[in-house]
Amino acid sequence: MTIHFVVHDEGDSVGVVVVEGLTASNRINGWIMDQDKMIEFDAKSDIPIGHKLAIKAIKAGDTIFKYGIDIGRAIADIAPGEHLHVHNVKTKRW
Amino acid sequence: MAMNLKAASFDGWRRENGRMGVRNHVIILPVDDLSNAAAQAVANNIQGAMAIPHAYGRLQFGADLDLHFRTLIGTGCNPNVAAVVVIGIEPGWTGKIVEGIALSGKPVEGFAIEQNGDINTIASASRAAYRMVKHASKLKKVKAPLVDLWVSTKCGESDTTSGLASCPTVGNAFDKLWEAGHTLVFGETTELTGGEHLVAARCKTPEIREQFMAMFDRYQRVIEANKTSDLSDSQPTKGNIEGGLTTIEEKALGNITKIGKKCTVDGVLDKAEEPTGPGLWFMDSSSAAAEMVTLCAASGYAVHFFPTGQGNVIGNPILPVIKLTANPRTQRTMSEHVDVDVTGLLQKRINMDEAGEALLDCMLRTADGELTAAELLGHREFSLTRLYESA
Repeated sequence: MTIHFVVHDEGDSVGVVVVEGLTASNRINGWIMDQDKMIEFDAKSDIPIGHKLAIKAIKAGDTIFKYGIDIGRAIADIAPGEHLHVHNVKTKRW
Repeated sequence: MAMNLKAASFDGWRRENGRMGVRNHVIILPVDDLSNAAAQAVANNIQGAMAIPHAYGRLQFGADLDLHFRTLIGTGCNPNVAAVVVIGIEPGWTGKIVEGIALSGKPVEGFAIEQNGDINTIASASRAAYRMVKHASKLKKVKAPLVDLWVSTKCGESDTTSGLASCPTVGNAFDKLWEAGHTLVFGETTELTGGEHLVAARCKTPEIREQFMAMFDRYQRVIEANKTSDLSDSQPTKGNIEGGLTTIEEKALGNITKIGKKCTVDGVLDKAEEPTGPGLWFMDSSSAAAEMVTLCAASGYAVHFFPTGQGNVIGNPILPVIKLTANPRTQRTMSEHVDVDVTGLLQKRINMDEAGEALLDCMLRTADGELTAAELLGHREFSLTRLYESA
């Protein structure tokens, strides 16, 4: 079974796509590393390898968690399965 | 099968000061930008001599000049170097670098261009290089315990696969090397932003924590004083963003996994400063790959672990850079740059312990003389860190 995305920790807001050519409306398999659990999900965007998808419903202003730690804030609402990157998330530093 | 690091050994060169090297370079080291042409001419004349050209060395002063001297002297003293020819525009600073390298006990000679001209300088320096390469070629390798191998790390063109897999692979190897008593270093001060509390928590004593945070806070002030935006496009870089990293915090958290789960931060180093004992050291440094790897070489490190996501191609003239990636696209499109393929981690084909062992195995082969991808491809990036403008 191909792993399409990997999540560091089950409390995280995001997963990372680890295959090339992932397109919207694919049923995809995710591996949560820290808890060693598999989950299934629907991708709602075409997402390049290495890029993130939201795995929770996120509101503008929400903190984004990865590794169980704050990695920035959303500047737009993001639905589960959508591409999450510099267009909708910004640093809280600098 | 886990490598027994405490029983392991490698074959390298024992230098005059007792340090073990894994390469046997004779280098032609310019003091300044003006001397690059002569240095390169000498390296053309004498097979087995390598010029290390660079852009600086004139009208520097104060701490910036000290760093210039420390980096060049440290490069000459590195145990991967057998002997050094130094060439400068004038004899004063040339002599200072020669004296610094001579403290290591290895053969070193200096040549100044003023009142000689390039042609006479090249002739004299070529004769010295001829003798030095002859000398180096006669040096025999000896067996040494693996703990005599100093290992540095820095990652580059990182992406999300770096934090998921290739950086934690270095962390796995670093935990094992640290427990075996190795001398290790990491750095990249601004690339800890968002995870600095995690590094602070790993510092061995309150004093080390205070020194680390002072270095971190100082660098943050440099960023704050000079930034024109939130540093978008610089940190993370365009390549990082292409690879899926969104913020500096996300990048930092991946970066920090290189120091594993067990190592404590046992001390801090200024740029190009030599560590005084075993353990994991933090070096206050730029996060630019060539600058940081150059500083690691100047501090005396003999092999380097370089995780990459999008495919940084960096090497160093004297420090073998071992590259690893977990990104299947990078492995597919630029495998000639990759020494250790850990893409299997993301499909659960291998586990982290196996990836760490594969890296240690490559380290041992590199120490025994196997060339790295960067060495085979001729990557010799040598980039000096500047602290401020020349006078």
